[in-house]
Amino acid sequence: MLSLEGLHLRAAFFRAIRTFFHRQDFLEVDTPIRQPVYIPESNIEPIASETHYLQSSPELCMKRLLAIGCERIFQISHCFRKGESGRLHLEEFQMLEWYRTGCDYGQLMTDCEQLVRFVIETLADSRVKGFRGFLSDVDLSAKWQRLTVADAFCQYCPCSLDYALANDRFEELLVEYVEPKLGHQSPVFLYEYPIQLASLAKKSEINPNVAERFELYIKGIELANGFSELTDEVEQRNRFAQEIAAIRTKRGSDVLMPERFLEDLARLSKATGIALGVDRLFMLLLDSSSISSAVSFNPEDFF
Amino acid sequence: MLSAADLRKGLKLQIDGNPYIVTDFEFSKPGKGQALYRCKMRNMISGNQLVKTYRSNDKFEKAELDERKMQFLYSQGDEFHFMDTDNYEQLALTREQLGDNTHFLIDNMEVVVLFFDSKPIDITLPTFVNLEVTRADPWAKGDTSGNDTKPVTVQTGYELQVPPFVEEGDKIQIDTRTGEYVTRVKE
Repeated sequence: MLSLEGLHLRAAFFRAIRTFFHRQDFLEVDTPIRQPVYIPESNIEPIASETHYLQSSPELCMKRLLAIGCERIFQISHCFRKGESGRLHLEEFQMLEWYRTGCDYGQLMTDCEQLVRFVIETLADSRVKGFRGFLSDVDLSAKWQRLTVADAFCQYCPCSLDYALANDRFEELLVEYVEPKLGHQSPVFLYEYPIQLASLAKKSEINPNVAERFELYIKGIELANGFSELTDEVEQRNRFAQEIAAIRTKRGSDVLMPERFLEDLARLSKATGIALGVDRLFMLLLDSSSISSAVSFNPEDFF
Repeated sequence: MLSAADLRKGLKLQIDGNPYIVTDFEFSKPGKGQALYRCKMRNMISGNQLVKTYRSNDKFEKAELDERKMQFLYSQGDEFHFMDTDNYEQLALTREQLGDNTHFLIDNMEVVVLFFDSKPIDITLPTFVNLEVTRADPWAKGDTSGNDTKPVTVQTGYELQVPPFVEEGDKIQIDTRTGEYVTRVKE
């Protein structure tokens, strides 16, 4: 469990995040945690709750809200992913997601820079007990580094991105060689993800082999995943169909196509969105090495 | 069969006919990608280290170990002697074989001896053990340095961090899986 001081700090941290978005005219929304459909992504296993599932992310609902005309929305919600537990993972964790219409993922990188700076400055100004100059060993003031995935492999990994993809070793080599090097002097946006790993992201107009997707890294830790939204419902349906087939092979379960989401997606034009692991960010502020020491209760607190 | 999701520190696996114990374990899952389970393991016979990364669909064999409840008698140099209290049979394990377990062994303690191919290779300790503190600095009342722990030594020679109120002569409970202080024991 967090200490009393930690709870105050965590509350001030969430308050600062909300203030940041309210000041920029974002609408705070709340969507159901328990839903009858889940996002077909073969690497993420949902936790069932009777006939429903606990969300792995509020992404589908939030994009449906964009489709009815919301321009800027944010939400902090509990998310669940089966079997994910470790130093940086909890099966239940909190995610901050925000979405904008009319712009692409470059805007989200700027948002990230401003958000993290604002939160730290606000905590410093509020003189909340336990404040200790968060992330003072990382330079947050200059423009944060932008590095393509291909360049990162070139720079840090003994083999190329193409080799990693062709041999199904992308994640393994990324974790081993690339991630530990990222974001120590200043935060890094790793961008232009291979199209195979696009998930719900839009294909780049300049290079069809990559998606307009990025991950934010600070001190070797992956903090946020943002992308320009794929708004072509036909392509999205195809990608979901592939994922549904992969899930059937892998886990033997039948997954429903999120039809209502696809219907709404057809009405959506240019948009962008991002998910940021707030527990991990708070962990970094505390200069702690494990996510379970940054949440008010962790699974061990029950045994 | 075990799957990657069962991997955790302390799990015993059989790889190429040898028993291994997982000594360090890290779960990772970069950017919505495949889950990876990075394990550091120790060969329970040779002591050799092995580092491997597994994926969710990898399967493992559990190490086939026989277990026998025995009592720890005494240590002599680098040898630790145990006895089966049913048939009085005795055997010895070396300091090297026991690794960190020696930090928590006291005379007459009941442990489980693990056998591979009928040869003793390691022991399993009780999860919690009570040990006496043999050296501790007195707690300076009014200490405002803000340190909430201090180091003490217990009867086995093992050193650990405890809350400042623990004194020499106290018995404390230690979690043998982590080697960390749990509570002070009143007797």
